Amino acid sequence: MNTHPAQLPVNNSYSTDNQSRSYLMLSLCYLLLGLLLGTLGAFQYLLPDLLKNKISFQQARPLHVYLVISWIFTAAQGGLYYYLPRVAGRELYWKQGITVQLLLQLCTSILIIVSFFDGQFGGREYFEFPPSLGMGIALSWLPLLINFFLTLRPDYRTAPVYIWSWGTGLVFFMITLSESYLWIFDYFNGNIVRDMTVQWKAMGSMVGSWNMLVYGTGMYVMERISGDKGPCRSKTGYFFYFLGLTNLMFNWGHHTYIIPASPWVKTVSYVISMTELLILGKIIWQWKSTLKDARKNYHHIAYRLLVFADIWIFLNLVLAILISVPALNYYTHGTHITVAHAMGTTIGINTMLLMASVFFILKTENEEGVESGRKTIHAGILISNAALAVFWGSLVASGILKISSSLNRESFSYTMTKSIPFFKLFTYSGAAITAGLLLLVFIALWLLYPEPDPLPPAD
Amino acid sequence: MTKIYIFSALLISYFAYSLAVYTRGTDETASGPLPGKTEVTLGKRLYQEKNCSSCHQLYGLGGYLGPELTTAFSDPNRGELYLRAFLQNGGPRMPKFDFTEKEINSIISYLEYIDHSAISYRKK
Repeated sequence: MNTHPAQLPVNNSYSTDNQSRSYLMLSLCYLLLGLLLGTLGAFQYLLPDLLKNKISFQQARPLHVYLVISWIFTAAQGGLYYYLPRVAGRELYWKQGITVQLLLQLCTSILIIVSFFDGQFGGREYFEFPPSLGMGIALSWLPLLINFFLTLRPDYRTAPVYIWSWGTGLVFFMITLSESYLWIFDYFNGNIVRDMTVQWKAMGSMVGSWNMLVYGTGMYVMERISGDKGPCRSKTGYFFYFLGLTNLMFNWGHHTYIIPASPWVKTVSYVISMTELLILGKIIWQWKSTLKDARKNYHHIAYRLLVFADIWIFLNLVLAILISVPALNYYTHGTHITVAHAMGTTIGINTMLLMASVFFILKTENEEGVESGRKTIHAGILISNAALAVFWGSLVASGILKISSSLNRESFSYTMTKSIPFFKLFTYSGAAITAGLLLLVFIALWLLYPEPDPLPPAD
Repeated sequence: MTKIYIFSALLISYFAYSLAVYTRGTDETASGPLPGKTEVTLGKRLYQEKNCSSCHQLYGLGGYLGPELTTAFSDPNRGELYLRAFLQNGGPRMPKFDFTEKEINSIISYLEYIDHSAISYRKK
């Protein structure tokens, strides 16, 4: 492997690297399928009869949601499995755990996908599969929890921010996953206000938990690229981590302004407000100012992806602040403006950060391979981000149109007809996002696929 | 050590706040009258099993392909007959589910229950 002066000594190989790569390949397959089904779902807005009897919107949407969520946490987990031995300086505590987790997750995913095609639903937002399969997800996370805490055995007095962030993400995923299934008890299921409030609470905090995993990964990659260990050990870094944790715990409430829960639930959420995205923006800003050109050029792909994530953080921050103001939230909630925020976050921020992690690993492992695909990778990054800008704008515009229709008391069907130009725009730009990201997915899959051992020379 | 103390304080606050939300924050009085518990429970189960939330929203949770249903029952432009017609026949975008009369009544009861609870939503 070639060495470069800008490269930090992270190239030691560990015996679980192949399994980590398999995990990343699985995450890329989730993204590939999720993008295709998302594109199908978008086209079904324009052509309601498209594949209606094969994969209806009622099936395409939950499949898309499940697969893209799986991409986010599986890519974060795969990266974590790759980084853990390097951070700890030793092999994973439970090496077979990674294979156990991979198999458990694969089996659960297959069962979930089959249940959707078979028309069996749990009917809860985000987790639309039958509730029994939630147990498979919980079980599949256990090996990573064991490996994280027993491999690192972190000293929390001196641990860098990304270790706090990863640990928090892992623990809170389990807490919020359990909370999201409280509805199976009659105490929650029998009271619609409690059920809706707790569902928003669990899901809002769960998004915060995977953001912790993704942001932790982003911060670790930044540290490796810049070589500056300061930001992830600075007081500012910890301050923003704790601000993020406070948001994870309490800022879900801006989703519940319209639910008639007690007023103090809304007051707390408004006071906490949305500052989570600002946190990473601040850290990236610090990191960028200390980045040396040599290192930036060496990891140019990861760097470019991180810069795009930075742009989306600021755009989404503006939108998040606006829609968390109760007077505006009253109108924007339940419109495509909420979707714009979700898409900006999952594609613009999470996907760009996770792709940065994937290409950081690839560059470290297979520099020549990455360089040979350099033009295509940059084209993919550019296409997906330009298309996302159009997609995001059309969703916001569609939301504004719905607000206007609602104020004018226009019927749903009339509003849908008026929205068609925006639906066309987000469908076509959504297809372009898919095309751009697929370029990255195919190259990453190609480079991650293990090369067969050379055949022994014939006698 | 300060970091560990801050983390512990936040964690305790989180669990205490969760408990408050599960109890006093969302007590029964806020949810309005219940129009027949068994029917509502069956209606809710059907709403979930048919994955209605992929296209419809209740309190902002759900998809956007179909109309929002939180106050559909009391909406002067929609109401019970409108809901019944779509549940019986489907629509251009909505599948025909072949519900029985009892199932249709249950789903409508569930939507009526939601509607009763929508105190702050109705102003919208």
